Amino acid sequence: MKIRIKFAKYGIMRFIGHLDMVRYFQKAMRRADIDIAYSEGYSPHQIMSFAAPLGVGITSEGEYMDIEVHSSKSSEEALRALNEVMAEGVSVLEYRKLPEGAKNAMSSVAAADYLVYYKEENPGGATPLAGEAILPEPSAPSGETVLPEPSAPAGRIPLSELSHALEAFFRGQEEILITKQTKKGEKTVDLKPLIYDLQVVDLKEVEPLHKLQALDLKEFNTLRGLPDVEEKLDKPWLPGQGVGFYMKVCTGSTDNVKPEQVLIAFSEYCRATGACGFRFVPFHMQTHRMEIYAQRDGELIPLGNFGQEIA
Amino acid sequence: MEKLALSDEILLQIDKPARYIGGEVNMVRKDPGKVELRFAMCFPDVYEIGMSHLGIQILYDMLNRREDTYCERVYSPWPDLHKIMKERDIPLFTLETQSPVGEMDFLGITIQYEMCYTNILQILDLSKIPLHAKERTWEDPIVIGGGPCTYNPEPLADFFDIFYIGEGETRYDDLLALYKSCRAKDCTRQEFLEAAAKIPGLYVPSLYEVTYHEDGTIASFEPVKEGIPARVKKEIVMELTDTPYPTKPLVPYIKVTQDRVVLEIMRGCIRGCRFCQAGMIYRPTRERSLEQLKRWAYEMLKNTGHEEISLSSLSSSDYTKLKELVTFLIKEFQGKGINISLPSLRIDAFSLDVMRKVQDVRKSSLTFAPEAGSQRLRDVINKGLTEEVILEGAGQAFEGGWQKVKLYFMLGLPTETEEDMREIPRLAERIAERYYEIPKERRNGKCQITISTSFFVPKPFTPFQWAPMCSRDEFLDKARVVNEEVKLQLNRKSLKYNWHEADVTVLEGVFARGDRRVGRVLEQAYRNGCIFDSWTEFFDNEKWLSAFAETGISMDFYNSRVRDTEELLPWDFIDCGVSREFLKREWEKAQKGIVTPNCRMQCSGCGAMQFEGGVCFEDKN
Repeated sequence: MKIRIKFAKYGIMRFIGHLDMVRYFQKAMRRADIDIAYSEGYSPHQIMSFAAPLGVGITSEGEYMDIEVHSSKSSEEALRALNEVMAEGVSVLEYRKLPEGAKNAMSSVAAADYLVYYKEENPGGATPLAGEAILPEPSAPSGETVLPEPSAPAGRIPLSELSHALEAFFRGQEEILITKQTKKGEKTVDLKPLIYDLQVVDLKEVEPLHKLQALDLKEFNTLRGLPDVEEKLDKPWLPGQGVGFYMKVCTGSTDNVKPEQVLIAFSEYCRATGACGFRFVPFHMQTHRMEIYAQRDGELIPLGNFGQEIA
Repeated sequence: MEKLALSDEILLQIDKPARYIGGEVNMVRKDPGKVELRFAMCFPDVYEIGMSHLGIQILYDMLNRREDTYCERVYSPWPDLHKIMKERDIPLFTLETQSPVGEMDFLGITIQYEMCYTNILQILDLSKIPLHAKERTWEDPIVIGGGPCTYNPEPLADFFDIFYIGEGETRYDDLLALYKSCRAKDCTRQEFLEAAAKIPGLYVPSLYEVTYHEDGTIASFEPVKEGIPARVKKEIVMELTDTPYPTKPLVPYIKVTQDRVVLEIMRGCIRGCRFCQAGMIYRPTRERSLEQLKRWAYEMLKNTGHEEISLSSLSSSDYTKLKELVTFLIKEFQGKGINISLPSLRIDAFSLDVMRKVQDVRKSSLTFAPEAGSQRLRDVINKGLTEEVILEGAGQAFEGGWQKVKLYFMLGLPTETEEDMREIPRLAERIAERYYEIPKERRNGKCQITISTSFFVPKPFTPFQWAPMCSRDEFLDKARVVNEEVKLQLNRKSLKYNWHEADVTVLEGVFARGDRRVGRVLEQAYRNGCIFDSWTEFFDNEKWLSAFAETGISMDFYNSRVRDTEELLPWDFIDCGVSREFLKREWEKAQKGIVTPNCRMQCSGCGAMQFEGGVCFEDKN
């Protein structure tokens, strides 16, 4: 039986790389007594595959993995068993049975939603208020792709100005060309057809895409003996306020778009056109994955929707 | 989100940020505001090494069982982060609460090998704790050292407030109670240290004074005050079954050296190899109960989710219930995705049978540690392994399908001759020949015999503590002789020879048998930029040599000299349970090539019987 598991990765777990997450889940499966299937041979390994590896530093509430099991508890029991053994910063959100012959998570990936937002605290020292974005002083001469020093003094841009500029960048341009470094040298790619949606959002208005099902976070934490997290109960992976960019982009092995590429392109557009003072500063912004989609009949469907709850 | 000591910007530009964020599965969480004592437990090497150490896990678990204490961990920042912390003046922090180490009540440092000494200074320096104990105030943590190197703590005497001699399970409660009462009564730090020095097993170096003869040897070693004990006796646990054991050990996110459940089956070793410090200082041999180990195996696998379980001891084959334990582990866990790893087993029919069950014969290799090439020299070092046993074991293994053998030797052992060195490749050759005795059609290609040699370092509290050590060039000459002889063998294409670097070994020798004065070299080396000396990519011999030149300290005085058995040695104030008379007897027997039977064959009166337990009293109740 194939099971699709959806999980969130946040807090300090953002520093754990993909291969270590695989090892983490292998151990977690044994701690939670999941009847997972093993491969044959002298060093048997669990039959487990992940949808789309998440880069170090990125948080997510929409990660997927498929596992093969011999037998299974109900979805609710399995969620409870897994969440009991999770470390702080990983929550299992869904545990669903896949129908016979379903495509595996990795080969299904077509798109993903991201939120890239200003961190509550950043190396520049300024805390942006809701409705404002950090504007680093332009320090590099125009046309140069060097990014401002992280320590550049920060200013602020009104939210409406940022929205207008983004609109002009995304809707107003025929193509969004970027240069990609590949093994064979430089390559020009048009991002425009690979970006399905792009907006400025107020984090206060971002609803968690996923409501925890069987348990809420408070229960998770009690189960694990962790201290109570009073605030941010329904979306522990996002700050309660601030400004961010929401985007839906093409994801997968062929045309994979990284959210940072979009924002660097926007940053360069702003610099070149003077549209607004936005400059992308690495480490000032947090990238957060919200969902991963597969394509079916021309429609994007969250990977989790392919599975069914086990009663 | 947890507040981390390092910014994202730093964490995302250094290697393996997971080394510094804590939060691992089974990490102990407490509210630091609600405990009376805060303890930082440090292994002064990189996270992956430190997290693999059983002793730290035992003490972490033991101290955190106390409601009034929060024990947190700290490891050496890798050189990439070290540089950033120095540049940006970031104080070293604990993993659990990411608090500055300087705010702790205690900083405990385990001292496992000499080449981590500069990392100890790095820890103090980054924690902003004065390097010299005498400059510390109540603003600084009490810096306490433990582990095997404390059996000669003198090279580190200036940098530690206290050394704990022996096994950590016995005296921490006394020490912490004393600390609490001293702080409550507003005692001075000095008053606390003087009281601590009276707790058995604890050595406060600042309370002892050393004088020297003109030739540089020690003239006297005395307490500076009345009431401070002249000798410090090691502390050990006699009933291992009653001691706490971490059945919920930490599970790191990144792959560490020991990424498995470790069952400590016994302490001590009955063998009495004359070069081996562990075999002397951990006497008497004490076993854990089979039933308890079985229970722990279940619990620990369940609590960690590890896919491998391993046994830990100095010589697992000497554990009396080994067969039962191993049979149990295979029966219970094999087939459930759990690997069973069996280190340090003597090769015989039983171990080969077990190994065949738990590993792929074609890929795995057999390990023998004859330590010396000739029987004569093996008798000198009291290594019971004979050539006959090796050939018999290798033969059985080859018949069973194995074709890889690893052999470990030491060069520079006392009384070694060129003939002894040349016997190393010849022994390997005879093992290869044994392989080729198997008819071609039953063989699986060539055999692979790997010879590794390390250089011998005389250690305190061994019969060889008086022996001279070779110089760097002498060591390298010996390796050359072996290499030359390897090339003369008929089956040289089946033999591979590796030898260690000699520069590090020579330094290890100085710190193993050094006195208080060598602390100056250490400090100078650290100031010259030495850290992570046990890592070849960071070891910088030039910086070390200039530290010796700058401090005017002679390596030869510590390494090359033959010590008289009457000389007062820097570690003589420690009573490790094994008597000086026994070591002297063994040193004399070594020079005559007379072997000493192991503890189970016959008691040799080493002195460890005074602890009233363990192997000394087997079959006596």
